[in-house]
Amino acid sequence: MDGHPPFSRRDLIGAGLGIGAGLLLPDGAMAVARPRVGGRIRVASLSSSTADTLDPAKGALSTDYIRHYMFYSGLTVLDRGLVARPALAERMASTDQIAWHVRLRRGVTFHDGADLTAADVVWSLLRHKNVAVGSKMAQIAEQFAQVKATGRHDLTIRLTGPNADLPTILAQSHFLILKAGTRDFRTANGTGPYLCAQFRPGVRTLARRNPNYWKPGKPYLEEIELIGIPDEVSRVNALLSGDVHLVIAVNPRSTKRVVASRGHALLETQSGLYTNLIMQQRQLPTGNPHFVAAMQYLLDRPLIKRALYRGYATIANDQPIPPFHPYYRADLPQRSLDLDKAKWHLQRAGLTGVRLPVYASPAADGSVDMASILQEYGSRVGLKLAVNRVPGDGYWSTHWMKHPLGFGNTNPRPTADLLFSLFYKSDAAWNESGWKNPRFDRLLLEARGEADQARRKQLYGEMQGLVRDHCGVGIPVFISLIDGYDRRLKGLYPVSLGGLMGYQFAEHVWWEG
Amino acid sequence: MAGASSQGGLKAALSLIAKRFASSLLTLLLVSVTIFVIAQLLPGDAAQEALGQSATPQQVAALRHEMGLDRPAYVRYASWLAGMVSGDPGQSMVANMPVAEVISSRLPNSLLLAALTALVAVPVALAIGIGSAMNRGGRIDRALNIATLSMVAVPEFLVATIAVLIFSVKLRWLPSIALVSDDMTWGEYLPGVAMPILTLSVVVIAQMARMTRAAVIDQMDRPYVEMAVLKGVAPVQVVLKHIMPNAIAPIVNATALSLSYLLGGAVIVETIFNYPGLASLMVNAVTSRDMPLLQACAMIFCAAYLILMLIADVTAILANPRLRAQ
Repeated sequence: MDGHPPFSRRDLIGAGLGIGAGLLLPDGAMAVARPRVGGRIRVASLSSSTADTLDPAKGALSTDYIRHYMFYSGLTVLDRGLVARPALAERMASTDQIAWHVRLRRGVTFHDGADLTAADVVWSLLRHKNVAVGSKMAQIAEQFAQVKATGRHDLTIRLTGPNADLPTILAQSHFLILKAGTRDFRTANGTGPYLCAQFRPGVRTLARRNPNYWKPGKPYLEEIELIGIPDEVSRVNALLSGDVHLVIAVNPRSTKRVVASRGHALLETQSGLYTNLIMQQRQLPTGNPHFVAAMQYLLDRPLIKRALYRGYATIANDQPIPPFHPYYRADLPQRSLDLDKAKWHLQRAGLTGVRLPVYASPAADGSVDMASILQEYGSRVGLKLAVNRVPGDGYWSTHWMKHPLGFGNTNPRPTADLLFSLFYKSDAAWNESGWKNPRFDRLLLEARGEADQARRKQLYGEMQGLVRDHCGVGIPVFISLIDGYDRRLKGLYPVSLGGLMGYQFAEHVWWEG
Repeated sequence: MAGASSQGGLKAALSLIAKRFASSLLTLLLVSVTIFVIAQLLPGDAAQEALGQSATPQQVAALRHEMGLDRPAYVRYASWLAGMVSGDPGQSMVANMPVAEVISSRLPNSLLLAALTALVAVPVALAIGIGSAMNRGGRIDRALNIATLSMVAVPEFLVATIAVLIFSVKLRWLPSIALVSDDMTWGEYLPGVAMPILTLSVVVIAQMARMTRAAVIDQMDRPYVEMAVLKGVAPVQVVLKHIMPNAIAPIVNATALSLSYLLGGAVIVETIFNYPGLASLMVNAVTSRDMPLLQACAMIFCAAYLILMLIADVTAILANPRLRAQ
């Protein structure tokens, strides 16, 4: 990470550098092979329904993110180390992390031929604040105090408070840039690597190579057909039978079949995705710190990694920052299964012999099995857990965070700040365990405005310790994302934000067949 | 006599159609009320489902207002009904498109799949049913019995999965998913739907063949059949000329039931083969709580069922001289 200059602060990084395609390629990708133009592939993602959308603000699922990255571009883009790089923004700089000056790349055109101007960017960013748009980023967009064009290719973003992560936040698919005034989302008019040839919600998306893409030489594929195959067995079968060339979300149980096939391979992406045990802190007995400690000692992390995920997981330590993250704090002692300590804490909490319901659901990946494992170990220390398995449909609105003991599931977020602000800040809407820690909240605000990387790492490190020791969550493992691909497809590499190279494979991969 | 009875049959059929049409409207109304009420009991609404796990109460409230979900349930139902009566099934809450447009992209797929399956399944089922009835107690009958019974017993997801493993993954003869696009030729379309048709056929052939066999055997014990046999009529002639006119009513009934299943019950097959049909659209509508779309799908399935049943009853009247005379 340290080799990369961060894309922030007063330095005008990336000015003019983006012209050479080399910088935009991730490290090492150039050395592997020389990409060639041409080829058609079919890609199967997880789901496809009438909720499919071409509106980046409404993107909800992997299929949407992939589609949006094909047709639109953002101001910034994250490289594989999760560092923000220039994209449509040629420069992005700030002295105080409040007022950000953005200079747009010149000569970028939308698919309809119109030039990209500051007005488009201003409109695209401000629409997230309009409730009628129904943006997934409405909360984050609240910190845009003012977004104003200062020239044809220049604009200023003024935030409500300092935030050094702005370039990273703007790299998310929801903040991709639209043409000002876009209302009709039956087709896409973006500045992205592919043109929208056909969009049928719930059926397919057909993308054709954009010959006028602003990155010279890219993209490589002539055509991408994106479909959704919700059924995992069908998805893997479609890959193995050659009907599709790239699939997202291979179940660990199916990995053997893909590995056994000569023409196919797996792409494992270590990610920050986790399923966590939630112990409500505002009520007893789950709010008792001894109870929390007992539960955390009952988690057999290696077993969960091995049995539930066939090894496609990373052991976690009851805090949400994964080991490969730039801000990960390595010196926290690893918690592991310890029945004696669990028993002692349970006795201190006075809960030996108590019967407690725990809510699990297929909606929170692996939670039903985790609950069974907890039940088994719990019975050995005198804790009777009753596993209530509830349906996945409607789980998030009816069950999640509504029971003293339950499970949640959190997707990777691009920054530590987003993750902590959304799920761990005392007044966060999804502060799952309902813990309150004023010191944590203060550190969070301080880290957000801090531009010095070493200092930030230190602040985020302390916050990880606070979550591990005081918050009411148990995070056993980080779940790896597994994609399957046809070996003739080249140029794939993992990006920890999501499957299929953080949903951005489309402009990077090429076909040798 | 033939002229008079067929006129009487026509009259009876027409009056039946008129009566059925009226009662069908009532049925549709009741079904729509039932679906609406039951869907209200599901946890969450379209706004919550659309915004997902990461929604704040303010966002949900705003989107609810946008979708008109903040109105009381009876007002929403009344406005939907008013739209439906005037021929407009409304706007899909999730897809932001008119429901008619969403459905028009799926309905032809479902109808085509059902029609092709019927084309394959009905002749095969009749042949199996009649064949095994004619050989009642014989080896062929027993073999066909075992075959059809096991076809009924095996769930379709198993049939579909095994078919995919054999024909797609191992042999690579057929695609494992049914891809449908507008500019497809029949040559591209048929290989894709071959396995969905096969799977659906397995289920409906067995049901129809069992019913056909039972209906034919029921007639075979009648005196008039014995008479025909004693007269020296060839066995095939006995079945086609003497038995079939009498057995046609229950057979058509069973066929109609099976065909109505092909439209709405194809969810599993549509899921496994990723076929963009109406049944999976309805499942989508339920999970996203998209009421107008859900109602429209339910109405289509219900109407298709009623029409098929009507056809079966009219056929029964026209085929039976006693009913014709009434």
